[in-house]
Amino acid sequence: MPSFVNPEKCDGCKALDKTACQHICPNDLMLLNKETEKAYNREPEMCWECYNCVKICQPQAVEMRGYADFVPMGATVTPMRSTDSIMWTVKFRNGMLKRFKFPIRTTPEGKAEPNGGFDEGDGDLNSHQLCTGPVSHGLDSLTVFKK
Amino acid sequence: MGTDFENVEVTTDLLILGGGMSACGAAVEAAYWAKKNNVKVTLVDKAAMDRSGAVAMGLSAINQYVGIKDGDNTLEDYVRYVRQDLMGVTREDLVASIARHVDSSVHLFEKWGLPIWTDDKGGYVHEGRWQLMINGESYKVLVAEAAKNALGIDNIYERIFITDPLLDGDKIAGAVGFSVRENKFYTFKAKAVIVCMGGAVHVFRPRSTGEGLGRAWYPPWNSGSSTYFTLMAGAEQTCQEVRFIPVRFKDAYGPVGAWFLLFKSRATNAMGGEYMVERRDELEKWAPYGKTKPIPANLRNWLGMLDVMEGKGPIYMRTDEAIQKIAAAETDEKARKKKLKHLENEAWEDFLDMTISQALLWASTNTAPEEKSSEIAAAEPYFIGSHSGASGAWVSGPEDLAGGTPYFWGYTNMSTVKGMFCAGDASGASSHKFSSGSHAEGRIAAKAAVKYIVDNNAQPNVEPAKVDELKEKILRPLQVYEDNYKKTTDPDINPNYIRPKMFMFRLQKIMDEYAAGVSAQFSTNRSLLDRGTELLTFLREDSDKLAAEDLHELMRCHENIQRMWQADVHVRTIIFREETRWPGYYFRADFPTIKDDWKCFANATYHADKDEWEMNKRDILSFID
Ligand SMILES: Cc1cc2nc3c(=O)[nH]c(=O)nc-3n(C[C@H](O)[C@H](O)[C@H](O)COP(=O)(O)OP(=O)(O)OC[C@H]3O[C@@H](n4cnc5c(N)ncnc54)[C@H](O)[C@@H]3O)c2cc1C
Ligand code: SF4
Ligand code: SF4
Repeated sequence: MPSFVNPEKCDGCKALDKTACQHICPNDLMLLNKETEKAYNREPEMCWECYNCVKICQPQAVEMRGYADFVPMGATVTPMRSTDSIMWTVKFRNGMLKRFKFPIRTTPEGKAEPNGGFDEGDGDLNSHQLCTGPVSHGLDSLTVFKK
Repeated sequence: MGTDFENVEVTTDLLILGGGMSACGAAVEAAYWAKKNNVKVTLVDKAAMDRSGAVAMGLSAINQYVGIKDGDNTLEDYVRYVRQDLMGVTREDLVASIARHVDSSVHLFEKWGLPIWTDDKGGYVHEGRWQLMINGESYKVLVAEAAKNALGIDNIYERIFITDPLLDGDKIAGAVGFSVRENKFYTFKAKAVIVCMGGAVHVFRPRSTGEGLGRAWYPPWNSGSSTYFTLMAGAEQTCQEVRFIPVRFKDAYGPVGAWFLLFKSRATNAMGGEYMVERRDELEKWAPYGKTKPIPANLRNWLGMLDVMEGKGPIYMRTDEAIQKIAAAETDEKARKKKLKHLENEAWEDFLDMTISQALLWASTNTAPEEKSSEIAAAEPYFIGSHSGASGAWVSGPEDLAGGTPYFWGYTNMSTVKGMFCAGDASGASSHKFSSGSHAEGRIAAKAAVKYIVDNNAQPNVEPAKVDELKEKILRPLQVYEDNYKKTTDPDINPNYIRPKMFMFRLQKIMDEYAAGVSAQFSTNRSLLDRGTELLTFLREDSDKLAAEDLHELMRCHENIQRMWQADVHVRTIIFREETRWPGYYFRADFPTIKDDWKCFANATYHADKDEWEMNKRDILSFID
């Protein structure tokens, strides 16, 4: 549902080297208004409601308002993302509240090792085996069609 | 705005276009082989890799895991499954090539930190035979992190929108594009290129056309860049008629996989009838595929569509019934309550991890799934060759699987253009690779591309005049706007140009009405298609008059040009194939049955020099029973 920005909370990411919501939106929708120094969604009808701008905004200035053309008013879905989990608060139109918490990763941020700690293999450019194979498959050799 | 652009030239060996699942796979693999072979690798994405592509929001399942190590399934099992789902039209060598590497990618994801659900014995929790349940909110973040750590951020360019290929005779020589942040025009020169720019949406009119326009099932930021790029390079295309229409929770398109597979839910019509039961006889018409299990996705769609066309809608997913049934299996009251709570959690997570809008739609309609059924519906057509569609470039299989056949021409995943490789949605006839298989395919393509570079180590020649010509063409919409916007009092209404949004609406209306979109109930015929082609020709002529006020709108102009070419190759291929093979994807009313003599690939090539199309039938080779 298109994102919108609460002007009281948005600080224009002044303390950061780039505007976080603008940096992350996969569809290039979030834009900082140079005069007001507040962000806004420049093309709400092209928003996928991926929530990436919501999740990344530190002062929690970005929220969602259900697409006006098919979503009844009044409900909210709000995330709080930390380094290892995400908390969701779902508020129904009738006021009912639900909370969910899910893990998001099992490793420290930034620490994904490309080879995953697997043995990298024989380094033969001419074989059909990939780097970390066959160990990362859990096998001894590459699978081929049974003839 | 001005059209004064700085030229930026980047010379590299291997250029990866896109930063999604397949590109991230390509990046980790390429980095390893590149270091060993002294090859430079560069990656370009239109967005921020952490959250770009179809997995930007996250996913709740990994849809391809073969489980070879545990003996759960064999390579052959997966190939048979895909072949059956695509009504016999699939490249078995490519499907097998991905299937034998996909488990490795999944095991890497787990090491990188992706929480994959496990059972009491430590085994993966399966949603279905091939699907694993995950806590996938940060799936893309993790996969991108490994890719970035492998390549180094200095070799990654974000927020550069790629448009056209550069060629040196019959070889790829690089790509051009522009920054969407500053006035910079980019020329990337490379010895090999891997195309990983995803599929296409908004080619057809979506069901919501107001503020909810962007809420298509497929993410609005993938606009057919892969198809456009490979078409313009002269690469042969395959299965461009095999669009995908997902049936999902209506309006917000929340996933149904967990409901059908994990919760064993039924789908029923207004009268309480179950189309999968009541319309079983219809499946006979689509033999042998209709008569074998699992029933292909398009045929399941078709049975539901028949209900809707007969006025038996809405179709409901019986979430309430399914949950109560599972809970009822617990005899103890306390255990039942706990089970209910657990199921409720799983149901909501499925949406919150990958289609948050659906959670918001449920909340805003006071829908508790354990109490109330929800409507499901067929969305509009999309192009996503990595999912249950099949559109993409025609690429070589690996030598050990396809050697000695017409499916092998030197380097795995190389298109018919020398040095241009494709993966994920960009490569065709290898459906059902999904997120994990796309990653694995990117890796396969990357290793092959490094080998190609080692074997063909001369930097291709790029004609500066060609670059200038492309630059003029690509930046033209800014000039068109600049020259004309003052000629009326309203910049939107101007006889001298068309803005990209209206251009997109024009395309969508043509495709929807003539090429079997939602409003045509997914059916068409030759006369409709010919009329559609005529209207597409006018549209193409008018594409010279696209106008852009700023860089963002310039990107929108090119996205819609790409969509238009995706539409063109789609319509041509539908015209070429004179039968109906995937009735739940589109129905040719003038050729309403499946035909043996069309059990082949329908391939298309665009010859830019002559502005001509070539259509070919290609044989289906079978490697297994
Ligand atoms: C709604 C939905 C649900 C899905 N659910 C599942 C699931 O549950 N499990 C599963 O395994 N798979 C699922 N999939 C499939 C999976 O997302 C895809 O198979 C996979 O993302 C394909 O990878 P790709 O690299 O081809 O494309 P993408 O991952 O989409 O990446 C495309 C990349 O290209 C970039 N790009 C596009 N155009 C340009 C351009 N012009 N210039 C530069 N860069 C560009 C994009 O920014 C992006 O980085 C789902 C897909 C969708 C759409
Ligand atoms: S909305 Fe948030 S992320 Fe965007 S500019 Fe304002 S404070 Fe920064
Ligand atoms: S929800 Fe997603 S698409 Fe919409 S503005 Fe935010 S980041 Fe962009």
